[in-house]
Amino acid sequence: MAKGIAVIGDSESIKGFSAVGLDIFPCDDFEGAGHLLRRLADSDNYAIIYLTEDIYLLSEKERGRYEERLSPAIIPIPGVRGNQSTGRKRLSSFVEKAVGSDIIFNN
Amino acid sequence: MAIMNVNPTRMQLSKLKKQLLTAVRGHKMLKDKRDELMRQFLDLVRETKELREQVERELENCNNHFVNASAVMSKETLDGSLLSPKQRLNVEINSKNVMSVEIPQYETGARTSDEGDIFPYGFAFTSFELDDAVQSLDKVLPDLIKLAQYEKSCELMSAEIEKTRRRVNSLEHVMIPRYQETIKYISMKLEENDRSSRTRLMKVKDMLLDKAHHYSA
Repeated sequence: MAKGIAVIGDSESIKGFSAVGLDIFPCDDFEGAGHLLRRLADSDNYAIIYLTEDIYLLSEKERGRYEERLSPAIIPIPGVRGNQSTGRKRLSSFVEKAVGSDIIFNN
Repeated sequence: MAIMNVNPTRMQLSKLKKQLLTAVRGHKMLKDKRDELMRQFLDLVRETKELREQVERELENCNNHFVNASAVMSKETLDGSLLSPKQRLNVEINSKNVMSVEIPQYETGARTSDEGDIFPYGFAFTSFELDDAVQSLDKVLPDLIKLAQYEKSCELMSAEIEKTRRRVNSLEHVMIPRYQETIKYISMKLEENDRSSRTRLMKVKDMLLDKAHHYSA
């Protein structure tokens, strides 16, 4: 089944994505973000949901439910406010979970 | 290590021996699975790390382009230009089985026939900075989707590796030693029973001989 790609974040960071064919969900108040994420993920219309780093860090509780599922993939991307290296930390946490200690990023 | 709560009988002994054999074979197979998953996972993580660094650099570049565009255009015009997209990206999810872990494979398809047809606005009232911005974003999109595929695979594989590692450890350090100790306990108990009945028989034989022939060995 064909699904779409969603982007959630502050409108400043994500407005460009609508031009290239992604569905954007501007979310400038961070409180509604978790709710929005759940709604999108449960609707099963999206294969990938990109979150800007601010939203990603705030929606930890909601993200947990989708970790073990094949779809959707919830991926953090840097917004206009600059890179907070959330993606790097996320990847490093996977290595730590699998290996026991982080052997890829510790240098 | 505590032994299991079982009756020391030959039935139990042969049952436990069979279970031990299964446990050992399972342990070996799970260990192989863990090693292979780990190898593939580490390769994937290294690749993902590089891809993410690249994508993040490109996205920063895109953001700079958009900031430039918003500097020369009014906010209303900029938002209005991007408001009605021509393209909508569809993603087909296929899954691939890697050592019993289902990982996603994304296949993308655009709605419009011309993939290069990305600008959702006329060029009359917009600046070329916006063209640059949209074009750069379009260029980074395939990598962004690949990144999502890789990162989701890493997430799923790390969870499976953790589970497998726990299973291997519990077999190696708990189950198998417990089986071995219980088997040892039962066989010793059986030998002990064997010896005690043998001495009893010898004693009885002595007593019978003594009674019948007044003969003592």
